[in-house]
Amino acid sequence: MPAPEHALNGRWEHYPHGADIGVRGFGATKAEAFEQAALALTAAVADPAAVEPREAVAIECEAPDDELLFAEWLNRLVYEMATRRMLFSRFAVRLEGTRLAGEARGEPVDSARHHPAVEVKGATYTTLRVAREDGGWVAQTVVDV
Amino acid sequence: MDLSQLKRRSDFEWEIPQRGAMRVPAVIYASEALMREMDQKVYEQAVNVATLPGIVKASYAMPDAHWGYGFPIGGVAAFDPAEGGVVSAGGVGFDISCGVRCLHTGLARADVMAVQKELAEMLYYRIPAGVGSTGAIHLNETEMDAMLAGGAKWAVERGWGEAADLERTEERGQMPHAKPGNVSALAKKRQRDEMGTLGSGNHYLEVQEVTEVYDEAIARAFGLARGDIVVMIHCGSRGLGHQIGTEYLKRMAIAAPQHGIRLPDRELACAPIESDVGQDYLGAMRAAINCALANRQILTHLVRKVFADVLPQARLALLYDVSHNTCKVEEHRADGGTRRLYVHRKGATRAFGPGHPDIPEALRAAGQPVLIGGSMGTGSYVLAGTGESEARSFSSACHGAGRAMSRHQALRTWKGRQVIDALASRGIVVKSPSMRGVAEEAPEAYKDVSAVVDAADLAGLAKKVARVEPLVCIKG
Repeated sequence: MPAPEHALNGRWEHYPHGADIGVRGFGATKAEAFEQAALALTAAVADPAAVEPREAVAIECEAPDDELLFAEWLNRLVYEMATRRMLFSRFAVRLEGTRLAGEARGEPVDSARHHPAVEVKGATYTTLRVAREDGGWVAQTVVDV
Repeated sequence: MDLSQLKRRSDFEWEIPQRGAMRVPAVIYASEALMREMDQKVYEQAVNVATLPGIVKASYAMPDAHWGYGFPIGGVAAFDPAEGGVVSAGGVGFDISCGVRCLHTGLARADVMAVQKELAEMLYYRIPAGVGSTGAIHLNETEMDAMLAGGAKWAVERGWGEAADLERTEERGQMPHAKPGNVSALAKKRQRDEMGTLGSGNHYLEVQEVTEVYDEAIARAFGLARGDIVVMIHCGSRGLGHQIGTEYLKRMAIAAPQHGIRLPDRELACAPIESDVGQDYLGAMRAAINCALANRQILTHLVRKVFADVLPQARLALLYDVSHNTCKVEEHRADGGTRRLYVHRKGATRAFGPGHPDIPEALRAAGQPVLIGGSMGTGSYVLAGTGESEARSFSSACHGAGRAMSRHQALRTWKGRQVIDALASRGIVVKSPSMRGVAEEAPEAYKDVSAVVDAADLAGLAKKVARVEPLVCIKG
């Protein structure tokens, strides 16, 4: 699926994994790569462009290293999507060491408008990677759908 | 898969000899054609599993094996706690106790075809399916814990089903030693509105016709004959299981070095069975098994209500309910004795052979029913456990077709409407809230389930009994 530009420097993409979907975010900073990967997570379910960023949900999490923190960030989003029955299309991430403070903006799922394809069960550690690449950052993992 | 690194033991058995950090060999059961198509990642993952502490005999992969998370999907591995054996959240999977339930209906094809569209509409209307759908049952804290401890038995006690259903469900409908207290508040919250929902992705509910019988005697014992109509339900422990999988994957990954476990890959996260994390996970995982059993029981109740309205002459009796994402304590013969092992089946079905005491009495002489879900266009299979599979794979067989194509690629190849129209022209009515979901699940995106089932049969993992083909498919 073509990756739309949602931020000046950032972009996201999907990559194939047997039965599931890889989500990958690129950014000028690590935080931006996390934000872009979150868009790829939404895009595994529905078109992010169709999701209005009307309501904000605060997300805080912690993990011992960048990679586990990235998986935790996606998993918190999966949790909020599932329990609030929402989709998110705008993300803000602030990283301080092993802690993440973020915000996800979106709206309740509207099946007629969003045509959601799959539920995401969780972010796995398969191909999990957070690293510097080409002067920027990449954050990726496979999500189980 | 590059076959040059494997030793061919027989036409359907391939060994990856023990080397390096492997504690046991790895064994893949498949035909040469399936082996050649199989992802190289299955090789790597089967080898990685073979390095884990306390693994017994071999790391196994079933004919439908494909790239999973840590463990291959279609992976089977047994661990001995007395030898430092481990339990792995990735070895069970996120959708804990995902499984298949098959119901007789007592109907014939003509009965269903006379009301096919109406039946499909009613099932679609009354069975919550797809992203964001909620069930009519909302559990408070006390009832949530009762459900997590009681499983399908809890559901039947609340009026969602019949006592006879429990006899035909693995663990007689209630997984023992579940610890609802080990399930986080987040996991419980995620489940609060999801009881009696089908989910999405590859989960489905189908009305099917028995189109082929391969073993008359076993089919008779299972109550199946050519032309019979059955209902198959494929789903799991919903949000609760997903959340438990997520949380324990992280806990196990962080705790592994403290237990002296060196993981070749983080996704293999595991903990010694005899550790706090290991025991906490087992208690939570068993509660999730009960959640899946209760969920399929409630769905059964909803299906019965629909049939009572649309085809009141139907009598929906349970053939069997079997899970394919679990870790269970079982006694197996190994190294000349009987050992109590923790058997992980990730995308693999338990397949006890004839005479096993855990098989319902009425089916015991025939072997345990093994229910294999295919794609929505190709059909599914009923198999029976064999005596030989005890020695071959700790009594385990395949679980489905396995994907041949990524979701991404399927989406580029087909449109949902096109898939639905093509199946309609073959007499199959598909209802789904998501056209994109249907495109991602297009029958051609899956491997040939017949080839997988044939390999399982010829490898002696389970015996082919009957083939069923869908007439109505509700896709989540």
